[in-house]
Amino acid sequence: MTAAVARRSDLRFRIGLNLRSIVGRAYPRVIGANREPSWIFFEAVLPLLSIAAYVFIYRTIALNQVAANPVDAPRILANMNALVASVVLGGAMVAFWLNVLWSMASQLYWEKEIGNLQLYMMAPMNRMALLGGMAVGGMFMTSVRAVSTLVAGVVVFGVVFQVANPLMLLAVFFVTLVALYGLGMFFASLYLLWGREAWNLSALMEEPIFFSSGFYFPLGGLYQSGGWGSAVAVLGSIIPAGLGLDALRQLTLGETAFGGKFWVLSAPVELEILVVLAVGFLILARYALAYLETLAKREGKLTSRHQ
Amino acid sequence: MPYAVETRDLTRVFAGKKKHWWRKPKPNEEESRGPVTALDGVSLQIHEGELFGLLGPNGAGKTTLIKILATLLLPTSGMAFVAGNDVTKDPFPIRQRINMVSGGETSGYGLLTTRENIWMFSQFYGVPSKVSKARIDELMHAFGLWDKRDAKVRLISSGQRQKMNMIRGFVTEPDILFLDEPTLGLDVNAARTIREYVMNWVRGQSGKTVLLTTHYMAEADEMCDRIAIIDKGKILACDTPENLKRMIHTQTTFRLEVDPLQDTSTFQRMDGVVNFSLRDDASKNRTELTFILENEAPVAEILSAITAQGAKVHALRKTEPTLEDVFISMVGRGFE
Repeated sequence: MTAAVARRSDLRFRIGLNLRSIVGRAYPRVIGANREPSWIFFEAVLPLLSIAAYVFIYRTIALNQVAANPVDAPRILANMNALVASVVLGGAMVAFWLNVLWSMASQLYWEKEIGNLQLYMMAPMNRMALLGGMAVGGMFMTSVRAVSTLVAGVVVFGVVFQVANPLMLLAVFFVTLVALYGLGMFFASLYLLWGREAWNLSALMEEPIFFSSGFYFPLGGLYQSGGWGSAVAVLGSIIPAGLGLDALRQLTLGETAFGGKFWVLSAPVELEILVVLAVGFLILARYALAYLETLAKREGKLTSRHQ
Repeated sequence: MPYAVETRDLTRVFAGKKKHWWRKPKPNEEESRGPVTALDGVSLQIHEGELFGLLGPNGAGKTTLIKILATLLLPTSGMAFVAGNDVTKDPFPIRQRINMVSGGETSGYGLLTTRENIWMFSQFYGVPSKVSKARIDELMHAFGLWDKRDAKVRLISSGQRQKMNMIRGFVTEPDILFLDEPTLGLDVNAARTIREYVMNWVRGQSGKTVLLTTHYMAEADEMCDRIAIIDKGKILACDTPENLKRMIHTQTTFRLEVDPLQDTSTFQRMDGVVNFSLRDDASKNRTELTFILENEAPVAEILSAITAQGAKVHALRKTEPTLEDVFISMVGRGFE
């Protein structure tokens, strides 16, 4: 190709290429959040209903306990606030989990259906930049929903948070997101090969994960229940949201909430495990995607038959 | 100097559908389960700066070949090189140099504007935003899409969408552009805009190569420097459009418009008939017959065979050979 323009392939070019790719792929998600005002209803208002259901149940139980034992009211009401705050935090994390399932894991399958995937795979960018862009865009989009859930929790349900260590809180939140989206990137490459069957898997991973990862109650309670409950909680902890939520609850409610009895592990230990999960999932995603891309190219599954 | 594109004995077989013990096969599904040979020993050389056409009916293997060259599909056997790089072993330098646009493509995001969509794809090639935006504006003027620059993609017509796809293909300034049926389903004006831009792009600068697949004969004839005729995964002929048509210059082409016929099997057995094809025109309730003849002698016999069936001959024309006639003379059927 003598007459053609010489193409760069040095490290600096590659870094620039992949950073641009991340920004490019994140763009539709960032812009999408602003261009579709209907998301406020579907993404912010509707999820409040399920949160409200748990809040009302916990309040009813607490008020019955207070009626039966008025002397112990301050402790019961403090626990109730902690439970309601746990539900609000879980509701915010649900947004991220659903985004990981439906907008990360199944995204490549959907991209294939509309014809984008072949254009992505034909481009010189690193595939991790593609997934990274999806993750960054998804995190941004979902953070808006998560923040609105938190604000609604404080305003509507009167939740009180006590943040003693904001840096630690930020670190746990950030690492939890990286681990969650790392898991999503890993799933994305698996879904590339499984196609439609993967949708059922996503559906399967909604409600059971809400339960086993303790989205609407402190996971430690399930952990300490013994027998199958402990087993489910241990399995649920593999999903980073489980340990992440536990650490976030400790850092926003105080370690002494629930009498300090319902925590799985201490927040620093949970952060360490989350770091390991984050790195592990990212490495797994990198190799799974490379392997499954080759497999998909061999089996002709990168493009739909009609394209 | 390496070729822009070279394939050596390239074969691609798609495995058949897997059988599952829990699912009962549908009627006729058994026959469609087997492996499909989409490409069968294809060897091609495309020179740098060439506008090369791949002409064949639907299912001939055109898209499969492009997807292998675009590093989206692995060959079952054989080798393929793009810009001197092996598509299986060294895809990165290939991906930097190529782009692909397919007809009827629905890529991009409906929520973004046409400009944003093109910009997004340019980022995956590392084109700096400033450069990308300037190129997009220039190309939008060239393709007559300027007034739709800020329109959301979900709100534009399919012709405008295809122009946007074409701009996406050019904005990264590829050395080799794969165009897979780029004018499929477009109106005359949109198709002409695209054809003219592609021809000017290749001929107006050195080092740019286009591989165009199409089943529109006139398009291939008008645009391409050389054409390969492909059918059932095999290359039947490869030459300039003039030379391909010259292959049957000693033969005579006749087109007839007749009432629908009951029996056409006798035509092939007639002396002097090289090949023929028929195409039903349901709107007129007529059949168009194309005969490739060694000479004009069998015409009388053909006419009497038609009238013997009680059918009327509405038109009879002797025509200059077209690329479709070349195809008919080789495989005994038209493209549709």
